[in-house]
Amino acid sequence: MTDADIATLWLTFRVASLATVLMLIFGTPLAWWLARTDSRWKGICNALVAMPLVLPPTVLGFYLLVLMGPNGPIGKFTSELGLGTLPFTFAGLVVASVLYSMPFVVQPLQASFSAIGRQPLEAAATLRASPLDTFFSVVIPLAKPGFMTAAILGFAHTVGEFGVVLMVGGNIPDRTRVVSVQIYNHVEALEYAEAHWLAGALMLFSFSVLLVLYSALKTHPVAHQLK
Amino acid sequence: MSASHLFRLIATLLLLSVAHSSFAETVLVAVASNFTKPMSEIAAAFERETGHTAKLSFGSSGKIVSQLENGAPFEIFLSADDEKPLKLEQAGLTVPGSRFTYALGTLVLWSAKPGYVDEQGQILAKGGFSHLALADPKLAPYGAAAMEVIQNKGLTERLQPLLVRGENISQAYQFVGTGNAELGFVALSQVIKDSKIGAGSGWIVPASSHTPIRQDAVLMKTGEENPAAPALLAFLKAAPAKAIIEKYGYGLAH
Repeated sequence: MTDADIATLWLTFRVASLATVLMLIFGTPLAWWLARTDSRWKGICNALVAMPLVLPPTVLGFYLLVLMGPNGPIGKFTSELGLGTLPFTFAGLVVASVLYSMPFVVQPLQASFSAIGRQPLEAAATLRASPLDTFFSVVIPLAKPGFMTAAILGFAHTVGEFGVVLMVGGNIPDRTRVVSVQIYNHVEALEYAEAHWLAGALMLFSFSVLLVLYSALKTHPVAHQLK
Repeated sequence: MSASHLFRLIATLLLLSVAHSSFAETVLVAVASNFTKPMSEIAAAFERETGHTAKLSFGSSGKIVSQLENGAPFEIFLSADDEKPLKLEQAGLTVPGSRFTYALGTLVLWSAKPGYVDEQGQILAKGGFSHLALADPKLAPYGAAAMEVIQNKGLTERLQPLLVRGENISQAYQFVGTGNAELGFVALSQVIKDSKIGAGSGWIVPASSHTPIRQDAVLMKTGEENPAAPALLAFLKAAPAKAIIEKYGYGLAH
């Protein structure tokens, strides 16, 4: 593997880690709300969260390229904040990844929050625990497998993302050139040996991640997502 | 149904199928993405003229080559360069002697903003932009030609950090068209309208400032038995097709 290949692995790891942290931060309250609410918006929000599961990544990539560009609403907003526009930047890649992998974080969390039920929360309330305290000392420990599944699936899915990154990344070394795009480019340039190395590394990574996940949870993590 | 009826029906069906094979065939064509517009027009003219149908698949030449190497059913390949058809020929996948240059690519430095790119391309040296899009030089001849232009102007070091690479010339155009990159090197065919740059502003790069972008076509062995395949290649060399090719800002090989 060349230095350029290793750089793409490192960049991919950074994008996926940061995206996973952000998805947990934003996804947890969203999943909590979705698990508890009876609002009539619930169906719409559930559908919106699940959209990236069924849309081709190129759809999201195309919209992001247009929306985050200098003429798009998001692009105008980020420019006014003095951030410039997001395509071709590391930040843009993270934003795209968060949107794209969100269902893999929200759905397992939502499932485990729903599974907790009312009783532990009511018990905590009778012991005068504040809602926030209840969340941190009761919900999070009980939903630990859900958090694990969410983090690992969100991370792994971001590593494997291709279409969105290809469309908004611009293939800049050390900034937006992730491993999936690098493999694609090796194949395009007919450099099959290099493609094999990286593809093999990713195969190994994905298999190890899923193996760890299944052995640790002794369940089928993807099954209870698609409720 | 009596036997003679049945016989007549079978005979009719046979005749129909023979007629179909000698008159209206379908040819599968893989086309480098920069040639999308002219080829769509040429295919329509070809269908009107001959009755054959040309089914077009667009993509980057590199992808098409790896697909052809792995048994893709394309019968004709219109590449964006002259290396890849040669490579396929050396691999014994093409019909010998069928390779020819169907167009010479013209490079243009283009911006979606009117009045942004001057007609001598001096903006490259002036700067003031944060992204310059081009097709990946490693994958696309238009990208390699663009790099040559940059090198000849002695701007490689200064512009390197600003480069955003599209997978192919179509993606380079997307980056510039959406305004995400202020300017970029695209194919003249993508921005030409009524024989001039249709929207935005651009510098048509003189052919002398880079190695010619020779775009070669080749007949694959898969298309050897299909009469529509050589018919399409012949059509590409004929006057109506040449007129379309030139209309889209390509040169013709002499």
